[in-house]
Amino acid sequence: MDVAALTLLALSLPFVGALVAPLLTRLLGQNAAWILALFPAAIVLHFMRFWPEVSRGEVVTGGYEWIPSFNVSFSWLIDGLSLTFVLLIAGIGTLIVLYSGGYLKGHPQQGRFFSFILMFMGSMLGLVVSDSFLMLFVFWELTSITSFLLIGFDHSREAARRAALQALVVTGGGGLLLLAGLLVIWNVTGVTQLSLLMSFGPEMRASPFYLAALLLVLGGAFTKSAQFPFHFWLPNAMEAPTPVSAYLHSATMVKAGVYLLMRLNPVLGGTPEWQMLLPLFGGATLIIGAVLACRQTDLKLMLAYTTMASLGLLVMLTGLGFPHAIEAAALYLVAHSLFKGALFMVAGIIDHETGTRDVTKLGGLRSAMPLTFVIALAAAFSMGGLPPFFGFLAKEEIYYALPSLDRRAMVFAALAILGNALMFAVAFAVALKPFIGAKVETPKSAHEAPLLLWLGPALLAAKGLSAALLSNLTHELVSTPMATAIAGEPRKITISAIPDIGMPLVLSFATIALGIVCYLNLTRLRAFIATVLADIGWGPDRGFDQFMRGLVRFSAALTRRLQSGRLDVYMTVTFVLVAAVLLGAPLYYGELPRAPFFAGDVPLHELAIMAIAVIGLFAVVLAADRLTAIVSLGIQGFAVAVIFLLYGAPDLAFTQFMIETLSVVVLALVMTRLRLSPSDHRPLAQTVPDLTIALACGIGFGLMLLKVTGVPFDASLTDFFNHYSKTIAHGANVVNVIIVDFRGTDTLGEIAVVMVTGLAILSLVRLRAGSLRRIADNDPDAEGRA
Amino acid sequence: MEAWFALLVGTFFTVAIYLLLSKSIIRVLLGVAILGNGVNLLIFTGGRLTRGVPPVIQEGADTLAGPAANALPQALILTAIVISFSFFAFLLVLAWRAYEDLSTDNTDEMRVAEPEEEPAPPLGY
Amino acid sequence: MRSVIFRAVAPFLTSLMVLFSIFVLLRGHNEPGGGFIGGLIAVSALAIYGIACGVETVRRAIYFHPMAIAGAGLFAATIAGLISIAARVPFMTGLWIYPSLLGVEVPLSTVTLFDCGVYLVVVGAISSIALSLEERGGE
Repeated sequence: MDVAALTLLALSLPFVGALVAPLLTRLLGQNAAWILALFPAAIVLHFMRFWPEVSRGEVVTGGYEWIPSFNVSFSWLIDGLSLTFVLLIAGIGTLIVLYSGGYLKGHPQQGRFFSFILMFMGSMLGLVVSDSFLMLFVFWELTSITSFLLIGFDHSREAARRAALQALVVTGGGGLLLLAGLLVIWNVTGVTQLSLLMSFGPEMRASPFYLAALLLVLGGAFTKSAQFPFHFWLPNAMEAPTPVSAYLHSATMVKAGVYLLMRLNPVLGGTPEWQMLLPLFGGATLIIGAVLACRQTDLKLMLAYTTMASLGLLVMLTGLGFPHAIEAAALYLVAHSLFKGALFMVAGIIDHETGTRDVTKLGGLRSAMPLTFVIALAAAFSMGGLPPFFGFLAKEEIYYALPSLDRRAMVFAALAILGNALMFAVAFAVALKPFIGAKVETPKSAHEAPLLLWLGPALLAAKGLSAALLSNLTHELVSTPMATAIAGEPRKITISAIPDIGMPLVLSFATIALGIVCYLNLTRLRAFIATVLADIGWGPDRGFDQFMRGLVRFSAALTRRLQSGRLDVYMTVTFVLVAAVLLGAPLYYGELPRAPFFAGDVPLHELAIMAIAVIGLFAVVLAADRLTAIVSLGIQGFAVAVIFLLYGAPDLAFTQFMIETLSVVVLALVMTRLRLSPSDHRPLAQTVPDLTIALACGIGFGLMLLKVTGVPFDASLTDFFNHYSKTIAHGANVVNVIIVDFRGTDTLGEIAVVMVTGLAILSLVRLRAGSLRRIADNDPDAEGRA
Repeated sequence: MEAWFALLVGTFFTVAIYLLLSKSIIRVLLGVAILGNGVNLLIFTGGRLTRGVPPVIQEGADTLAGPAANALPQALILTAIVISFSFFAFLLVLAWRAYEDLSTDNTDEMRVAEPEEEPAPPLGY
Repeated sequence: MRSVIFRAVAPFLTSLMVLFSIFVLLRGHNEPGGGFIGGLIAVSALAIYGIACGVETVRRAIYFHPMAIAGAGLFAATIAGLISIAARVPFMTGLWIYPSLLGVEVPLSTVTLFDCGVYLVVVGAISSIALSLEERGGE
């Protein structure tokens, strides 16, 4: 197989895994994780083959035609940026699958969970390798949908349902903005592929639609990456099981927005708008996230808010436009995925083994869980930016990017120091506090975690260390190609774990010192922030509830207004519109037919038949009892049949005769079962408008018919049928030939309809009395009782 | 001759729509039946009227000799007659069952699906 | 309605009408008639029989459930269309063969089969409606 076919196979592997996961889990229990982990592992191995090309700075594209007529293809783009993402997604995914095996051991829906996780993985992989816009959008929304399924995994709890819906509404809505943004870009540049778009940067930035495209794309990216003020769904998403939080809501999905910004940086970046909006929102998100993280006592929530802060930092770095900022963003993104994934899994282990996630109710776990303690510390060192971990490299690069000379840089440097210091404090509050001090009684007595649980975080933490120690290799394979892809021009990263003496190191020390102060005063800080928040009393989270409730109430009110539930109102509206169109349009365009000429070419017996029909019609309206009504209905029907007979339509006439006979029989049979008011009681106030509407419609149809018959007749179709009925369809009765041969497929559909009405009537007749109401009340037992 | 037919069709529609606007379900049904006939006549007349000669090809001939009635609207109407009958029968049975269950033939009182005092929609998740 | 004369005549009337309906069906391609009209005549025949002698008698007489007859008709009509696909022409293209039966050339076609399908659907579905309503009326 060639590379393209293998890549397609690799991209579809997670979905194959999702298909077999429930069955495997039923057979093997939690040990299915070992087999299922092979799927992402195989993807990692496949994509590592692109390392040589990508580290040389080349871009690998490939793919298949999808809808060629719309210029839509299933094509991928593999460069430093997407390759790094692919390896993070599939690599961490492998560990998450293993971890889920231990975390949800014995859960009745474990198979479904594996299925969802793998589906998400497939969507996320598709998203980051997508080259065509449409494919990007489809996978973008697929990650929202799978995230919805995962957050709502524990769907019996209302909080989980709310969080799932919230995430779907926010990120899915953002996806629609992204689609609009991509359409704008497509309109401006005329290309639908990212790889081709890269050379259109100058055109795009000069376009009058630049700002619209930018705002729409930012709408998509900011909602996905939980930037303030769209951040609220991320902490709520912690309702999901911990493997989901570790995977989707720290390492991968929430980075999709950052990925998009990095991907489009060469096209949309570098403008004053870009350099204002991104750092502004990113910086705000950084500080708000870090502050809110300090306030929490739940381990997962603390981590969730620091994730938000980190995402803010990444957006800020992507938009700053200083030298080294892009490099810092690339390094920090990788470092964050490693340490945050590990920390989430550690939080999950603590929860799983002790029964609580509340940091104030934990302590002294180091003796019971020494291995977990070591892993936690390693991850926290990386998060706190301490050497010799990869987070330290990222942090040094950030401080290289913020030369403290001009005022703008100083502001952002201060923001970065404050944010990093707070994150430092939270990192150790999560990774140190539960393990030191006196032993505290927990709901479950703590034990060291089983292999499936600690393997994932241990490998991630080890990776955080080795990536820093082998910094040259890391830079060559990962950081430099990634930064090059983001910047759209060659970049080189050289930073290593051995610190240089200089300004960045000073800033690092300042951060650490501030962080230690915050850590020691965390309880006081927490109380202070809680007071401030209580004073504000409103947040976007509550705003979301208000928005949703308003939407439901508005829809209900609108529906009630449009659907009064009264048949006569619907009918009146319908026929008023019909009359308005029939009479209004000819009047407006001056297309009224010429005055009708009641010629004497109609013999008396025909007029008599018409008169009988009219008499029958009025007799139906005026009928005082049901027998008269039935008979009158029959009279007008038979009169119509005679008219058909007189005007050369014997087939119609016979059909009409038979149908009228049957109608009378059926009506008589049903009418005897009904006790009806004998005549039409309509008050005068209703009769007059009803009659007016009916007359208007009747006149309208009459005028239309006059107009139609007044124009020359196009007989081409009739001639066709007359001409070929005998010669190619071997039938002399043209009407029958049209029904069964020329338009046979049509007739097939019609007899199917007749058959379905027959079935429907049969089942209606057989329903027991009272069952209609039960069905309307949505009573699930109705069918059983009926 | 078309003018007479226009008048007739207009009468059919007027009566049918007047009945359709009634609140009594059985009159609505009568209106449906008449509307079907009115529409058939409308299509029939729209395809132009020819007296007497049905569109049947003579023995030995290959095509219709001389003017004959338009076959196309006839084919359309023929299936329409059968289908409107089956729908009429369906509506009739539906009305009868509704009457049995709800003990009313007044459409204003048939409010099972859209009740008068509809409860507010649930606001939870 | 259940006069002795009516009840005595009804079976013969019904048989005649059903026979006539088949005649109308088969001549439909060249003279006025066809599946729809033939089917309706047959339904009227059954309805008359039902009014005269009771629905149970009719159900016994036609042996199959009316909806089964309708289903068979729809099946036949669909098969008539599908035969064309088997013959590698588009769906519903009419195919004709002229086998010689006892020295007389009998034109057979998928179109005739289709028309018979229409006939059966109309007979089955509408007599099902009529019979089920008559049944209720008699309770």
